[in-house]
Amino acid sequence: MTVTRDPLAPPTRAEYCVIACAEAWREGGEILASPMGLIPSVGARLARLTFSPDLLLTDGEATIVRPDGTPEGWLPYRQHLTLVASGRRHVMMGASQIDRFGNQNISCIGDWERPKRQLLGVRGAPINTLNNPTSYWVPRHSRRVFVEKVDMICGVGYDHADGARHHRIPCVVSDLGVFDFATPDHSMRLAALHPGVTVEQVREATGFELTVPDEVPPTREPTAEELRLIREVIDPAGSRGREVSS
Amino acid sequence: MTADQAVSHLESGMTLGIGGWGSRRKPMALVRALLRSDVTDLTVVSYGGPDVGMLAAAGRIRKLVAAFVTLDSIPLEPNYRAARERGAFELMEIDEAMFMWGLHAAANRLPFLPVRAGLGSDVMRVNPGLRTVASPYDDGETFVAMPALRMDAALVHVSRADRLGNGQYLGPDPYFDDLFCEAADTAYLSCERIVDTAELTKEAAPQTLLVKRHTVTGVVEVPSGAHFTSSAPDSARDEAFQKLYATTPWPEFAARFLDGDEQAYQSAVQAWHEEQR
Repeated sequence: MTVTRDPLAPPTRAEYCVIACAEAWREGGEILASPMGLIPSVGARLARLTFSPDLLLTDGEATIVRPDGTPEGWLPYRQHLTLVASGRRHVMMGASQIDRFGNQNISCIGDWERPKRQLLGVRGAPINTLNNPTSYWVPRHSRRVFVEKVDMICGVGYDHADGARHHRIPCVVSDLGVFDFATPDHSMRLAALHPGVTVEQVREATGFELTVPDEVPPTREPTAEELRLIREVIDPAGSRGREVSS
Repeated sequence: MTADQAVSHLESGMTLGIGGWGSRRKPMALVRALLRSDVTDLTVVSYGGPDVGMLAAAGRIRKLVAAFVTLDSIPLEPNYRAARERGAFELMEIDEAMFMWGLHAAANRLPFLPVRAGLGSDVMRVNPGLRTVASPYDDGETFVAMPALRMDAALVHVSRADRLGNGQYLGPDPYFDDLFCEAADTAYLSCERIVDTAELTKEAAPQTLLVKRHTVTGVVEVPSGAHFTSSAPDSARDEAFQKLYATTPWPEFAARFLDGDEQAYQSAVQAWHEEQR
């Protein structure tokens, strides 16, 4: 007997974002994936379940867990900070502001002495960026986030990283595309566009001069198995669609 | 002792460390007692949560040492935010790891410890007093020399303790509560339940005995003493009440919940929950 299934619905923008985030953790080996934000979390679990089976994941508190939730290790904050310093971790942080050299701000908007908008604080961004690969996730790409100059440097960008021997920003993923710093002066470059997005749209939503190669590849298509894992195993409730709508 | 007795040992102008992390296992009953006292002009050292928010709203903070202030499930602490936006106090904003090494330095009676964090970031700009140190070995790397965060007093909340001040945590993360006690000249420990010393290790491993009695000045038994923050495994964060805290103007919140003693607070919380049913 042949079982026929309905053809899969085409990937949504949120699902392309998941794929782009998952790719950040490809070939990471036995390192901790620290996703912040929902779509990066789905991406990290997808990478762990498919092409990066050696990744370590936490439950968001102090336990290292297998994808099914089985505890496999203990990681309280004090050990987490040592793991950061060891470099065996790739974090994907959020950014209230990010500039063309990858300086990131989550502390405050306006003058630090008396901010217009107080945000979280620097958190661990300074130690992250000087010790382990640090990528960023921006669910709503806009000129308010992609700015010429951040108000408070929390995560260190390439133009402030002199002498920082372990500094690396592998990528920035937004709802429009993927960005890296593979330019001679380490300024931001458009590395991939999510299907349906134009270069013009990205330029319009970016508050600084972005390097755009002649040919910009699209974010790769998810495989049928990846789509099944995202939709049925990792995020059956569809929360990803609330972080990035189609 | 009681929470009010513990707080009676604190004085205005002191440097005060507060344990826990964000909205997790905060010594909130001790903070509430502090709010009932006249103690003010504090330098507060904290991985900040509602402890900082409430003390800031009540105008008790002269200077804050922190890497963040958050309610976790509600990312931005509204009272902290409002206080910062009106320039209510001085801030030493440092990285989470710099903070930890500042506690380690203080606990180890060292003036500083080197840390690979802060350089290149605006943490250096907003803290012009921070110094760097070069490795004396062949690598020659430059580090931030994180100064010791020595404190006059620390407040922490744990799961169990004996009368002598041996404190036990039964949740997933010790946070930095032992370090806070070691880095402070005096420490006041609140706990969900005081038990006999032998009881502590009847069902739990000795490594759950986080805080040692020689670092503790006084012990206070306050069931739900971390409310509304989490106190695993005894209680989860009271999310509904935290949301109420975050959305109610401070004077109104304080008038309804913080005018009386701890008993009155717990009763008012219970009454509020009953109204919601």
